[in-house]
Amino acid sequence: MGEVNPIEIELTVNGETRRCRVMPHRLLVEFLREDLGLTGTHVGCDTAQCGACTVLWNGRPVKACNTLAVEAAGAAITTIEGLAPSPKGIADEAAWHPMQRAFHEHHGLQCGFCTPGMIMAAIGIAERHGDALDEETVRAELEGNLCRCTGYQNIVDAVLAGARAMTPAAQRGDG
Amino acid sequence: MRPFTYSRPGDIAELRRLLATAGDDARLLAGGQTLIATMKQGLAAPEALISLAGIDELTGIRVEQEALVIGAMTPHADIVRSEEVRGRIPALTTLANEIGDPAVREKGTIGGSIANNDPAADWPAALLGLDAVVTTDRREWSASDFFTGMFETALAPGEVIVSVRFPVPRRGAYAKFPNPASRYAVVGVFVAEGADGTPRVAVTGAGPVVFRWAEAEARLADHGFRPDALDGLSHPENGLNDDIHASAGYRAHLIGVMTRRALTRLAAADEAAE
Repeated sequence: MGEVNPIEIELTVNGETRRCRVMPHRLLVEFLREDLGLTGTHVGCDTAQCGACTVLWNGRPVKACNTLAVEAAGAAITTIEGLAPSPKGIADEAAWHPMQRAFHEHHGLQCGFCTPGMIMAAIGIAERHGDALDEETVRAELEGNLCRCTGYQNIVDAVLAGARAMTPAAQRGDG
Repeated sequence: MRPFTYSRPGDIAELRRLLATAGDDARLLAGGQTLIATMKQGLAAPEALISLAGIDELTGIRVEQEALVIGAMTPHADIVRSEEVRGRIPALTTLANEIGDPAVREKGTIGGSIANNDPAADWPAALLGLDAVVTTDRREWSASDFFTGMFETALAPGEVIVSVRFPVPRRGAYAKFPNPASRYAVVGVFVAEGADGTPRVAVTGAGPVVFRWAEAEARLADHGFRPDALDGLSHPENGLNDDIHASAGYRAHLIGVMTRRALTRLAAADEAAE
């Protein structure tokens, strides 16, 4: 085998351009958590089933435990930390993403481990369906995100409310 | 995961140069939704990965005469979103939308799926059911020649899938019984009435490799595309997969159920169109 060396990649993470050296076999989730310290993205099953590692890749949800960091060269990655960018961090309620607010208001969590991935997947659902979203679709499209606490009822309520709050009319304040 | 070298060519010419000098143990990386998981488990340990992500000409969907041409690196989710696909072969929209889960569909690709040829994958049923053509960097394969065995295809070492061409049928429908955990097909059946009226019934998940159910096709040719055309017909369980997910007998039963379900969907689509 030829010598394996780190590869230099440039990508955008939460709106910031990053230039990093990574080994080819570094997973995206390892890169985010261990190299960049963005530990909001979780590792649950590590087999692309539970969805705790879901991040947005050019705006669309992907599983960071099943993707190489080098493949993200040139991409824009958004993690849960990037949804509410505020110098005060998550304590700044005014900066919360509408989907984060919906999960808070509907108590769409218990232990919270699956929540970052749930919220990223939920944003994907809202982007795909907009106003046309119904409960059946939410339940079908949460297929790739497992929660072992809640029984999903409040999560489904939160996704529906968050998706409504993300529509252009709601964002303008006339929805 | 074992270390490997990584390269990312920008076009097919550069890819072919890299493949010419790569060792036998180099693998092509498409969406990685199977390959990366397999490498993490140590079931594959290639010395070199050559990524296809930088080759723009492998991605995209276009309409060509009476066919849809889908680039090998097109993710399942792009196929779901495509109005060209929905307008011409809506069964492909349905099929793509039932692969894995939404996040897997954003990265997994049609080319990666057919190159891997998992016996429970969905795309092989669509390719065989629609008599599709697989275009590679060196030739064209008909679907019936392409899928040769369990995880086996006709591709030569270093041969690269460029696109899949689906002739637009008069109508088509796909019905699958998904494994509740993986969403792979325990059995999936694609039924199509080709542009010349020929019936095709392609079955995935049930055997080592996708196959056509000739007896069912003969019934449809004689009696029309109706569920009751199959009255009294059942598929034998000989040679079918028999594992922890389902027995061969159960899979044989599901072939009949899924074929009838696909025929029911065809009829429902016709009524909706009238």
